[in-house]
Amino acid sequence: MERIPVLRMGSLLLITIQVDMHDKLALQLQDDVTERISDWGSTGVLIDISSLEIVDSFIGRMLANIAGMSRVLGAETVVVGMQPAVAITLVELGMSLTGVRTALSVEAGMELLYGNSITGSEDERTEA
Amino acid sequence: MSVQKREVLPVKNSNDVVLARQKVRQLAVELRFSLVDQTKLVTAASELARNALDHGKGGSMTVEVIVNGARSGLKMVFEDQGPGIANIEDALKDGFTTGNGMGLGLGGSKRLVNDFSIETEVGKGTRITAVRWK
Ligand SMILES: Nc1ncnc2c1ncn2[C@@H]1O[C@H](COP(=O)(O)OP(=O)(O)OP(=O)(O)O)[C@@H](O)[C@H]1O
Ligand SMILES: [Mg+2]
Repeated sequence: MERIPVLRMGSLLLITIQVDMHDKLALQLQDDVTERISDWGSTGVLIDISSLEIVDSFIGRMLANIAGMSRVLGAETVVVGMQPAVAITLVELGMSLTGVRTALSVEAGMELLYGNSITGSEDERTEA
Repeated sequence: MSVQKREVLPVKNSNDVVLARQKVRQLAVELRFSLVDQTKLVTAASELARNALDHGKGGSMTVEVIVNGARSGLKMVFEDQGPGIANIEDALKDGFTTGNGMGLGLGGSKRLVNDFSIETEVGKGTRITAVRWK
């Protein structure tokens, strides 16, 4: 079955979403992420959505679900690389992605997560 | 008002939702909508197609390139023969869902287009029309 790869980067997980998501893929990804966090003790999850051309309520819910489940398992999620047009549309759609932190790039996301694991600060939070 | 182009696509499964999005993107590009406007159109199409599938038991999407005087636009019509919407006002409220969604699709897609109308009859089905003008 088609699957979105979940890569391990030190204490973080890196997920790059490049395909048009559908239900099964989304559910599989949620399962995979939670399994990897508990297997590897990951403390952060980076989800790169820079190649997504839209984020609708379905994808938004998936991102929020992953963030919520990861948090329960002790890992923070940062969604990185959202395209500006996607961010503008998301706001108009009414989706605030509450509980999901965002950063402009994978590097910025890593900084946020590593910074966060030391200080627990939310100051660098950037809302799309 | 004249119709320059019309295409009808089925919305019967989750892959059809992907194809519906791609069709709307293609026409929006042809019409030279800005990237933000393209994104709004495709996102609205995704929400309404998914609703037709999840709540309306599947249906169809008709997309039209329309021209009204000097203005051109993209019109999307989503039709299904599902259960209909009992209370349109409630259904449009952000956060209202009868499923396990976030209840954002309907009200959100209304905000993403210029003209939006719902025709529905309980037990018969639903037709939603959304237009964005250039
Ligand atoms: N085509 C339809 N046929 C029947 N009922 C519909 C249809 N479209 C929407 N509805 C009703 O309106 C409600 C609100 O729709 P909306 O798209 O806003 O939220 P949702 O689909 O439940 O969740 P979300 O879109 O956020 O994932 C739905 O829960 C459903 O009860
Ligand atoms: Mg919906």
